[in-house]
Amino acid sequence: MTQAPERYMGNGIPRKEDPNLVTGKANWTDNIKLPGMVHMTMLRSPFARAKVTKLDVSAALERPGVVAAFTGADLAEEWPGGVPCAAVVTEEQKTPFFPPIVTDEVRHVGDVVAVVVASDRYAAQDALEFIEVDYEPLPAVVNMEDALKEGSPLVHEDFGTNECFTYTANVGNTDELFDRTDDPGDAGAEIRGPEVQGQGDTDEAFRRANVVIKERYIQQRLLPTAIEPRASVAYPDPGHDGYVIYTSTQVPHLAKIVISLATGIPENQIRVVAPDVGGGFGSKLNIYREEILAVVLAKRLGTPVKFVEDRSENYQATIHGRGQIQDVELAADSDGKILGMRVKLLDDMGAYLQLLTPVIAISGAAMFPGVYTFDAFSIEIKGVFTNLTPTDAYRGAGRPEACYAIERAMDSLARELDMDPAEIRRRNFYEPFDEPTANPAGLMYDSFNLQAALDRAVELADYQSLREEQRRRREANDPVQLGIGFSTYTEICGLGPSHALAGLGIGGGGWEVASVRMLVTGKVEVATGTSPHGQGHETSWSQIAADVLGVTPDDVEVLHGDTGTVPFGRDTYGSRSLAVGGIAVYHAANKVIEKGKKIAAHMLEAAEEDIEFEGGKFSVAGSPDQNVGIGDVAGAAYLGNDLPEGMEPTLNETMTFDPPNFTFPFGAHICVTEVDTETGAVKIRDYIAVDDCGPVINPTIVDGQLHGGLAQGIAQALYEGVIYDEEGNLLTASMVNYMIPGAPELPNYTLDRTVTPSPSNPLGVKGVGEAGTIGAPPAVINSVVDALSPMGIRHIDMPASPMRVWKAIQNAQGLQSGDRQEDASLGASAAGIKQGGDA
Amino acid sequence: MIPMAFDYEVAESVDHAIDLLGQHGEDSKLLAGGHSLIPIMRLRLAAPTVLIDLGRLEELRYVRDGGDHLAIGAMTRHRDLLFNDLVKEHCGIVGWTAGLLGDPSVQHRGTLGGTLSHGDSSGDMPSVITALEGELTIKGPQGERTVEAADFFQDYMMTDLGEQEVVTEIRVPKLAPGTGWSYKKFSRRSQDWATVGVAAVVERSNGSIGSARIALTSMGATPIRAAAVEQALSGASPDAVAEASQSADEGTNPSSDDAASAEFRRHLARVFTQRAVEEALGR
Repeated sequence: MTQAPERYMGNGIPRKEDPNLVTGKANWTDNIKLPGMVHMTMLRSPFARAKVTKLDVSAALERPGVVAAFTGADLAEEWPGGVPCAAVVTEEQKTPFFPPIVTDEVRHVGDVVAVVVASDRYAAQDALEFIEVDYEPLPAVVNMEDALKEGSPLVHEDFGTNECFTYTANVGNTDELFDRTDDPGDAGAEIRGPEVQGQGDTDEAFRRANVVIKERYIQQRLLPTAIEPRASVAYPDPGHDGYVIYTSTQVPHLAKIVISLATGIPENQIRVVAPDVGGGFGSKLNIYREEILAVVLAKRLGTPVKFVEDRSENYQATIHGRGQIQDVELAADSDGKILGMRVKLLDDMGAYLQLLTPVIAISGAAMFPGVYTFDAFSIEIKGVFTNLTPTDAYRGAGRPEACYAIERAMDSLARELDMDPAEIRRRNFYEPFDEPTANPAGLMYDSFNLQAALDRAVELADYQSLREEQRRRREANDPVQLGIGFSTYTEICGLGPSHALAGLGIGGGGWEVASVRMLVTGKVEVATGTSPHGQGHETSWSQIAADVLGVTPDDVEVLHGDTGTVPFGRDTYGSRSLAVGGIAVYHAANKVIEKGKKIAAHMLEAAEEDIEFEGGKFSVAGSPDQNVGIGDVAGAAYLGNDLPEGMEPTLNETMTFDPPNFTFPFGAHICVTEVDTETGAVKIRDYIAVDDCGPVINPTIVDGQLHGGLAQGIAQALYEGVIYDEEGNLLTASMVNYMIPGAPELPNYTLDRTVTPSPSNPLGVKGVGEAGTIGAPPAVINSVVDALSPMGIRHIDMPASPMRVWKAIQNAQGLQSGDRQEDASLGASAAGIKQGGDA
Repeated sequence: MIPMAFDYEVAESVDHAIDLLGQHGEDSKLLAGGHSLIPIMRLRLAAPTVLIDLGRLEELRYVRDGGDHLAIGAMTRHRDLLFNDLVKEHCGIVGWTAGLLGDPSVQHRGTLGGTLSHGDSSGDMPSVITALEGELTIKGPQGERTVEAADFFQDYMMTDLGEQEVVTEIRVPKLAPGTGWSYKKFSRRSQDWATVGVAAVVERSNGSIGSARIALTSMGATPIRAAAVEQALSGASPDAVAEASQSADEGTNPSSDDAASAEFRRHLARVFTQRAVEEALGR
């Protein structure tokens, strides 16, 4: 007899993945060694912008161990499509041809000039120094505002401009704003460009407002820094016409398509495998020039080719995240009720468009209103080319930027009105709802209860005691001041309904697929189209399948990441996997049960509608002794000699799930900081995060996602930031000076949850992978500014390093004594109360 | 991050190391932990053709009681210093600072002789040994000699060490019971080099300060004694610390980088000199 049924969903069972990872048995791409394998290394540009006036690889060919060396001209015919960009956000978007190796001009430090192939990585690296190359350096474009000025140098001269696109959206129901019809359900206009409608309505909201907050925020560039850098091994498939590429990627299925588009090799001759992948954070949601080159060189040379980047290359040539200048305006009445919001963004593309570069900011555009209900909203986004590394998705991808803008502005609004930051948020929250409800930008939020999350966070933080302590420290003029910062956020997950992705200009559906295969011994294979790289799908998908099928997670093997063995899927990014891919597993397993009931009815000589399934057993309603286990049903399905009339043998079911809507996790974070006003050092004393991602499949995994996400969010707020000099040289080119915080810099988190199921899927799950990077940055900065606000400090840009904080204090003190210094760290903020309107 | 090719030799003794240095000349480098050298080789900022590994010289791995001083073998690992009872009892600042260096793996590999010979003025140990007025024993083809820490550090990453010489021992005074100490390290991350560091060794005398020795990290090309502060504190009341610390940056020459401008470093030197001296007085 099988043991009593146990429910696995909701249990924090240990991750199946971990024993191999912690004992060094993982199958990283760099561990793969194939007979005859050679290594490729790129010659990268030391200049941000230069003409290549001479290039000769012949001396490198003479070096020991060198097998081949190529220029862009040598290989150009191998990549008719270049490196593809899959996003078109406006009809006028300028999409440059992006060659894996340039032929004339380099456009960022790290751009590829030539490639050397040698018997080992060291020989290849040494040979690079023997390539003869002359550069004619040209003025580089490193600043977005300068890039848009008349007469700026051009990243791509043939475009005649550095503007990649201008996207505008303006919600069209704002006439009603001033009649206050209280009908938010009518806010239906879908955000999509380029339907420019002018800004009359938001203009009027701002004319009618009592308070207008007008601020500029900077989203600094960040380096995604997966612990495993990019790595690939490509080889001609023995005995077949095609090619296999093992590559450290989040998107093996997408890679199969894109490599085919780039090289012209037919899609059915390309197999992509993502073996164990050591993190991605969005940076491996891309198909890079080096992956294309590895396949091209495997084709040219007929032998396996390995590429492994080092950390400096990772920082120069893997995509960067963020990179926005945000001009944000918030209009509110004297009660603190928001009337409207206007946003203008400059979004840094870098030198080329990677897979999704132009759509990152746009995917966050409709999230600027955050968790607040109001009517008038408009946004303009300009994509700008610069001579810097291309940007693309980094954990949150558009949403952290949006959340930071609204959450910072909310604190400024509270300060202008002398209101408590928690109270002003409550006044603007939606009433709790569990059916889709439109936001000011036309997105349909799925279910909210911000009040419960914020109440819980306030309770956990012991908020009133903190304010009391803050007051005491202020009165005592304590050199260490206390800050309390709030962030109430939502994010968009479960990417996504295919029609909505099309609306964003992303080429490709948002569905996901899963196959659940009952094996003859009663064991289970789940083949998923998601491609985990740290998320623990092997564990979570096993829990889902085990509960539906009445087996244990150990009975379930999860197959993923190999286009040769799993159904063609849509991979892992954007906190989509559980809410789309996990649901596909759930549905496919239920289909197995449905078919199993037919077989069981036949085996038990009962009517199908009388068959019940529970605890791994099919039984006849009312006669529990008449039963058959799912393993026996699977066995019968395989034997196939005694099945209901006309039934296909085997018990394998596949389901493709296209969600009806996105999911919108939300939460309330409180960051408590101690700011040393003598040194500018910020210490996070407490971090309280109450997150609502719907029902939780594995709480240990969810907590892990929050810990990692919060760490990266705090990193953006206090530590990390790419620094380029005026010539476009990357100064933060290694982990020595790119400030990734470690465990000693981070607090012990206080985590809790509320549970508000999503109506978007049958399990009610929402997603959690990016909550931390979205919720944390404004909570931290709000906290630092709160600590220093008695000095008159209104804003400090990220990362709020000790030097920035100290300078802000210095400037504020100068300001108080009437000796004002202009400083970027202060000057970014300007708020003003406007009299008039209907006050 | 891929170094140039190099040869590797294992020194069997100090004399063998000196011979190997003679044999291979100026393109050879001693390996004494490698946590500074290997990274710069990986960045191709250094390309020695021969590495001479001192790692197996157990004879240079010790802490001995020398009567009025402690004698520390040059290949003693930071981790050894952190947990050494003699160090804890007689010269706690050395063990404390060893625990602040890099991270545990750096502490397990890195050596006191290695970090001093590297001569990076943003390293913590050079300042600590300078504040202690320690001395180094150096061996070369002509035999052994002793040099005071103040004379050893000559310029940024330049020391008194000759091409064919090896640091074999570091001597630090045993601190008397009335002597307090502190090392304050300010860095953005715990594993980083000090943005600014302050080593203070303060002798108490009948409720006032007898003498103070203060050395600053990352405030110039070498560890720099805060002479003006030391002078102001000599025989002074503990109440004088705040004001005296205002001259901590006198005679320094800090650089500007991403972590801190020179001006900010000067400010930090003043703040942390005060904090270090106050902590030393209370310890």
